[in-house]
Amino acid sequence: MDSEALPLLFGLGATVALLVLGFVAGSIAERRHYASIRQRERDLLRLPALTFEAPSTWTVRRGALVAGSVVVSLDYFKRFLAGLKSLIGGRLRSYETLLDRARREAVLRMKEDARRRGFDAVANVRLETSSIASARRNGKGVTGLEVLAFGTAVAVDQLGGRSGPTEPG
Amino acid sequence: MLLSNVETVPGRTIVEFYGVVSGSTVRAKHLGRDIAAGLKNLVGGELKGYTELLSESRQEAVARMVREAEALGANAVVNVRFSTSSISQGAAELFAYGTAVRVE
Repeated sequence: MDSEALPLLFGLGATVALLVLGFVAGSIAERRHYASIRQRERDLLRLPALTFEAPSTWTVRRGALVAGSVVVSLDYFKRFLAGLKSLIGGRLRSYETLLDRARREAVLRMKEDARRRGFDAVANVRLETSSIASARRNGKGVTGLEVLAFGTAVAVDQLGGRSGPTEPG
Repeated sequence: MLLSNVETVPGRTIVEFYGVVSGSTVRAKHLGRDIAAGLKNLVGGELKGYTELLSESRQEAVARMVREAEALGANAVVNVRFSTSSISQGAAELFAYGTAVRVE
């Protein structure tokens, strides 16, 4: 009796340990990531990203393609929770925050690329999301989501007063 | 080579069009990176190995597109777009395409 129950208990224990590890490490990582995102978004507020071409009022000196990308994955606990939730359907909050973090991170990396190369704004920003899952037969394996942000960075003459980019609001 | 994803190169004028140029690469994941990513998959967050792998591959696709444009005599590629497709488990195709032009 005992010899049969032992492997089962051990398997259950390992799953619970992974869930706890995923929950603790995942929550800490998410909180830190959000803090870093908010800080960097404030720093880069003066380098706006537009989803359309540079307005004709700007005097654009030069432009170049810039991009930023990130691959993220859910932690064990959230993936377990999402698996349960997908049985009954509805909102999968854990995926929503993951995608939100990934998109904001990709946009920030794109903007940082633009700033490093001396540009003032990014025009015509496009966001692309793709899943890079590599599921093994047992349904485990690595799952990841890639978000790519790219656009045309422009250097703008700020001399014309209103011609330069200004802070939103 | 000048690249942009708008219809012109900002600050320049297009004088000649050469047509669509493209570049692609198919990459499979490296085993070591897959193991590291498998561990990272437990705690969640960024899979840095994959981020690097995909951005290197995308640069390769862009480089191939640029070579094709150079062969045509172009000095810029405008309206560049990217697409990623998952081909089989563990392999992805990264594709870049745009319009080769000459600008002044």
